[in-house]
Amino acid sequence: MQRTPIRRVEHLLRRAGFGARRDEVDVFHDASLNEAITALVEYESIPDDVDANIGKAGFLGITTRGAFSPRTNIVDARQRWVFRMVHSDRPLQEKMTLFWHNHFATGYTKIAGTIGAAEATRYMAAKASEDPGRVRGQIEMLRDNALGNFRDILVNIAKDTAMLVWLDGRTNTKAKPQENFAREIMELFTMGVGNYTEPDVYAGARVFTGWNLTTTGGAVGGAQHQEFFYNASQHDTEPKTFSFPIYADGNNTIPRRSASDGMQDGLDFINALAANPNTGRYLAKKIFRFFVSEFRDPDPAFVERIAGVYLSSRNDMRAVMREVLMSSEFWDPASIWSRYSWPVEFIVRALKDVGWSGFSADTTLTPMSNMGLTLYDPPDVSGWNAGQTWFSSGAMLARMNFASTLAANQKFLLAGASKSVAQTARGFLAHFMSELASAPIDSEVSNEWLTYLTATGAWTGNDTQLQSKAPGLVHLIAGSPEYQFQ
Amino acid sequence: MNVTRRQFVKGGVAAFTVTFAAPEFLSDLARAQGAHVRNLVVLYLSGGNDALSMLVPYNDPFYYSRRPTLAIPAGQVLQIGTDSSRVALGLHPRLTGLRQIFEQGRLALIQRTGYEGQSRSHFLGTDIWSTADPNNSQGLGWLGRYLDTLPSPVDPLIGWNTTGAVPHVLQSARTAVPSISNPATYAFSSPNSGAEANAERLAAQRVSSHLPASRPELAFVYGSTAAAMATLGRVASVAQYAPSVTYPNTGLGQALRAVAGAMTRDIGTKIFYVTTGGFDTHSGQNTNAANGTYFNLMATLNDAVFAFYSDLQNQALLQDTLVVTFSEFARRINENGSQGTDHGAASTMLVLGGRVNGGFYGTAPNLTPDPANPTLENSAADVHYQIDFRSVYARVIDNWLGADSTRLLNGNFRQTNLTFV
Repeated sequence: MQRTPIRRVEHLLRRAGFGARRDEVDVFHDASLNEAITALVEYESIPDDVDANIGKAGFLGITTRGAFSPRTNIVDARQRWVFRMVHSDRPLQEKMTLFWHNHFATGYTKIAGTIGAAEATRYMAAKASEDPGRVRGQIEMLRDNALGNFRDILVNIAKDTAMLVWLDGRTNTKAKPQENFAREIMELFTMGVGNYTEPDVYAGARVFTGWNLTTTGGAVGGAQHQEFFYNASQHDTEPKTFSFPIYADGNNTIPRRSASDGMQDGLDFINALAANPNTGRYLAKKIFRFFVSEFRDPDPAFVERIAGVYLSSRNDMRAVMREVLMSSEFWDPASIWSRYSWPVEFIVRALKDVGWSGFSADTTLTPMSNMGLTLYDPPDVSGWNAGQTWFSSGAMLARMNFASTLAANQKFLLAGASKSVAQTARGFLAHFMSELASAPIDSEVSNEWLTYLTATGAWTGNDTQLQSKAPGLVHLIAGSPEYQFQ
Repeated sequence: MNVTRRQFVKGGVAAFTVTFAAPEFLSDLARAQGAHVRNLVVLYLSGGNDALSMLVPYNDPFYYSRRPTLAIPAGQVLQIGTDSSRVALGLHPRLTGLRQIFEQGRLALIQRTGYEGQSRSHFLGTDIWSTADPNNSQGLGWLGRYLDTLPSPVDPLIGWNTTGAVPHVLQSARTAVPSISNPATYAFSSPNSGAEANAERLAAQRVSSHLPASRPELAFVYGSTAAAMATLGRVASVAQYAPSVTYPNTGLGQALRAVAGAMTRDIGTKIFYVTTGGFDTHSGQNTNAANGTYFNLMATLNDAVFAFYSDLQNQALLQDTLVVTFSEFARRINENGSQGTDHGAASTMLVLGGRVNGGFYGTAPNLTPDPANPTLENSAADVHYQIDFRSVYARVIDNWLGADSTRLLNGNFRQTNLTFV
């Protein structure tokens, strides 16, 4: 059996995950590339037991204020997600969940302002198994469907409680249709701007009239909750005509239907959007920028090929992602280190590279926000701008300062682990540059780091020196521009 | 081509690596450059501001019939006069501070600003307002292009974005404008202390001047790092600023407090960009009730801007400051079924400052729902533009920044009757 070279494993896990813990490198290194990719995309064969390790020794810590309640407390929900990113053995599931979170970007703040903080957390982050009313929050739905069928994800998102609050679908009625969701499902979730008209937005709003919320569940024991409900009396039953085909025969009009059958309008519309070739291209471009490279425009051949897989597989994201991870574009040397790391990716990879013992997920949250990303709370429905816009000077300082915080926290472990390579300053530097892999470092830069190691005195490699130089050097490397890529 | 705003400004990244340099004396250099440049504060009302609720044509009967729950009664609006088309206008009741500025003759209300075929997309619309180019909204920002006209090297602190990521409007070929939301946390930390910490900071400082010219994307991040290291000291001085008034404890209030601090400490910044959000009021807009959504938006705007205006007045900086607001679009005239408003078209821009010629510019829309009504569009659903937004930019560029608007805007958008500054 052919093993996968370490460098390839690292590239794969930086993109299809959040970097590699040492145990992850070992497992994937022992597999062939095909097996490694299969393990990533067919993650159901791997137990989903990561949450059971929260609070156990040896794992990233959690800070609780009273009981740990990720179902009702957004800070706890954020801690749980960071924990999963570090420790899940299904890295691609977590990565795709982040991808979908950005794609269907729903902001906690507006929902909390509308229905309250605990309820908003519930509709964003609750696991059905932990909620008295079996509420499954939006991100849990996306996690469950991380490599599912895109059409099914769209149906779920159109019925999602948080989305119905976020884009106001809950108030969409036949007397006065509400355009917000109709516009964004075409512009941001499926075909992209330029492929629909303003009248399509108005017709789309009418399609979803009556897709509202209702309160259900017993009032006792916290089971009561809001959930999707098709309100037939509020549905506009007149025909709706679009500028693009709705049905396979090219017909672009959703017919008049009785109010009781009217929910089918929305399903027909979603089916049409999912089947539209522009949706495949739109997703392929977005996937290119997220998984392959931000340094060049999406390769047209890649876009057409991935869009083709999307259509021929009838919107199967597992087939799409297998093709992406096997693609020559993904493995092109020009693609390696060609993606600006998102704040959460930078933080999780730093934890995996530097260490997490005695560190709390809670300590990552404020720095992450200062870097420009707050989990469960994208700035608007188009998600985070990403790319070079992560790198304002203030955000870059926040990255450097997180590196400092983490290095300070891990200083004794870092010093201890480097003792065996501390005979020379040069060997010590090589050790940490290897532990914290980054885009290639020019010699001018590594020479400055070398100079730093002896700036306050000759190299001795004694414990005192290691306890200041190990965290100092880790701070400089993790805070370097080169480390901000993946 | 169907491009998205996520695509990078490629030319910008490449050019950046060639010309970027951040010598230590930049602060002095900025002052020298800034001798004839005045402060410009661009305030973005994110989400699509409902201009009809901000500046109300309170005698138009269709304002009431088309907005049965959202209309503000004539008796409650702050009636401030009539425009050249004799439409009586009033500010939202919560804009008491802005009324004072208007009465001092220092607030210009530029009505029906927009462009032909105005986009109803937040993102395309924002890109268009940011680039001032409805036909190609993926290029550099109009303020970024202005920064590119300044003599090289340009101080990275010539611009300051106060909220979130660097916006498209400040994307420049040569300058990495910093985003500094809180001057107090804009500092270099170290896992060590004393001499060890100093050695680390020195190493970071020296590394940041490295220029990986063959790797433009990496060079961009180096540019951010260098900008951070070069501006730490000056920004720290802003954190010490003690304003002459109390700013509201809102994001906008604190952002404008930092802007006033930067101006007062004379750290070299001339272009400030401030964002305040929440204007995408599709439902529960609630313009009237105290603590209603739109009422609160107006409160946030009014209280922060008035504190800023008063502070600058006290610091004798008002004459050197121009504040310009914009939003990606205004909203539909008819309210929707959710007591909100959907995406619309032309809007009202606010311009204020010590040298502003206050008053009304442009004319209010006539809200008669007749498809032939020339002040409306989209079958009389939305307000049609009268003043191209680029004409407002042109006036700011020519008469405030002292640059050539025909060059920066790729065309002559000057309008002689737009004499607000």
